[in-house]
Amino acid sequence: MSDQKVNSERRTLIMATSVVGGAGVVAAAVPFVASLSPSERAKAAGAPVVADVSQLKPGEKMVVKWQGKPVWVLRRTPEMIASLAKVEEAGKVSDPDSEKSVQPEYAKNKARSIKDEYLVIVGICTHLGCSPSDKLKTGAEEGMAADWQGGFLCPCHGSQFDLAGRVFKAMPAPTNLDVPPYKFLSDTSILIGDDSKEA
Amino acid sequence: MAANIYPKYTSDGSRLGNLLEWFDARFPLTSMWKQHLSEYYAPKNFNFWYFFGSIALVVLIIQLVTGIFLVMNYKPDGTLNAAGIPVAFASVEYIMREVSGGWFIRYMHSTGASAFFIVVYLHMFRGMLYGSYRKPRELIWIFGVLIFLCLMAEAFMGYLLPWGQMSYWGAQVIINLFSAIPFVGPDLSLLIRGDFVVSDATLNRFFAFHVCAVPLVLIGLVVAHVLALHEIGSNNPDGVEIKKFKDEKGVPLDGVAFHPYYTIGHDLPAITIFLFVFFFVVFFWPEGGGYFLEYNNFLPADPMKTPPHIAPVWYFTPFYSMLRAMVWNFFWVDAKFWGVVAMGGGVVILAFLPWLDKSPAKSIRYRGPIFKTLLVIFVIGFLILGYLGTKVPGYYFFGFTPAVNEANEVVFSPLNYLLSGDLIAQIFTVYYFLFFLTMPYWSRIDKCKPVPERVTTK
Repeated sequence: MSDQKVNSERRTLIMATSVVGGAGVVAAAVPFVASLSPSERAKAAGAPVVADVSQLKPGEKMVVKWQGKPVWVLRRTPEMIASLAKVEEAGKVSDPDSEKSVQPEYAKNKARSIKDEYLVIVGICTHLGCSPSDKLKTGAEEGMAADWQGGFLCPCHGSQFDLAGRVFKAMPAPTNLDVPPYKFLSDTSILIGDDSKEA
Repeated sequence: MAANIYPKYTSDGSRLGNLLEWFDARFPLTSMWKQHLSEYYAPKNFNFWYFFGSIALVVLIIQLVTGIFLVMNYKPDGTLNAAGIPVAFASVEYIMREVSGGWFIRYMHSTGASAFFIVVYLHMFRGMLYGSYRKPRELIWIFGVLIFLCLMAEAFMGYLLPWGQMSYWGAQVIINLFSAIPFVGPDLSLLIRGDFVVSDATLNRFFAFHVCAVPLVLIGLVVAHVLALHEIGSNNPDGVEIKKFKDEKGVPLDGVAFHPYYTIGHDLPAITIFLFVFFFVVFFWPEGGGYFLEYNNFLPADPMKTPPHIAPVWYFTPFYSMLRAMVWNFFWVDAKFWGVVAMGGGVVILAFLPWLDKSPAKSIRYRGPIFKTLLVIFVIGFLILGYLGTKVPGYYFFGFTPAVNEANEVVFSPLNYLLSGDLIAQIFTVYYFLFFLTMPYWSRIDKCKPVPERVTTK
């Protein structure tokens, strides 16, 4: 072979071989990447769970595990429900009508619930996924600011939420806490993860 | 290859000599020895800053050996055992309490992780002091930044394995960081976890990466780092090229053979002292005051409850502070994303250092007052960022309580601002990036002293 002349037939063959070989490598990578995604078992693990709230006293919170996440059921007292309007009037809530937040249509209201008394919410901060701590009582009792009306404080990056899981302004969390799909099976029993009409 | 430069070994007739000759004819043994040790000429004016490369290699070996032995008893299993404890957590307790010497091996490994970062941070700082990243050593530096990234990945994934509370929630937070990336983020974090929350699937894949994939890449990068270094030759505290002046044999006049002068005479004593300190920590202070092993990690992982205060291990805290400092939404993109950009950018920007620095002198010995001042602030800022990263948001220095008005808002007062950890972290985060981004300007106008032709020795 001369130094200057390029053997164009050979070059074409090399390119064709490289393209075919490259396509083969990409195709072979597909099952490997796919194996990293959640398995069928992990996908199926999101079965609905029942929360029995008959023992829950006003002002108390219980935690149930759904899809591996903590779901909170908070039985709000009338004062707790009244606090929602107070924080909103003080102009603290970032998304008061949950326009940017994730919830079923029936929970897209000020109290973010079907019944005002029961808040059902995913206890995972929308910032980076920590579970916020209860700061349910007011002000100094919880070691919070004097005008704290009760709510939740994320220990990781300090996001604050009111008692409807609505995030305060200028907090790291972008949206309110998510509300899962749920429905009342009876007055004291809530099905979390399923809100279909049929019983 | 270098094999051609060095003559092959010829036997002196002894049995051992014959064996060596046979071997050397079939493998570049003596040529590699000469090229990388006995005839690798390093500048004769190395000081203590040059210990940390060799020490990092020692720590790497400690981590590899102890890691292999830990895998023999560790079980990457997030399910609960009969006692209701996650199997992975229980297997670490088993290593600590029932495996002979298990506590020793495990404490070496956990102390080794922190030691690795101490040594590597000092090693990187040496590079900044003496301009070791400058042309023609850009690629050595870039390999180094990649090694640093690998180490961070290795440390992060290794920290999940004990399956304690900090393991779990730390992983939860960092993986969720990726979901902040526009468009692909949520799917990407799902792909990393392999589940909708951090779970057994996550633990198993992190185990695979921690003990297999990342170490392979890491070792490869370390080899590339050293090969690139030996191709160019080491920098030195004067930042001058010793290859400019050679004797008639081509040996740099200011160079000494790496072996035995630096191996035995320089690095071995340093490694001995390092090991004294290292094993003092292993035996008497393995938790490192809660910084090497965080106390919350002695509790098994509980997906239902985040510990009241979570912070990453100390070596991540400067970058974690940068993440938290970003609380503003720019260009309609959420602050969360900018936090991730700051955290990642804080590491990646290091790779551009060779092209950001336009100073006529490499070494701090001949650089001007602007560099010295800015570097001192840079180091102080980095340390303060690291300190603040271990603290809760809304932290005030010296336990200061800020003055507030009736509405409980922090009022405008000098002390409220001067002592606010959040504000200080934001200032130093901005400083960190400005230090690099404005470097092309100030490094050029700085008043450097004349650089000598040859290295200086006292």
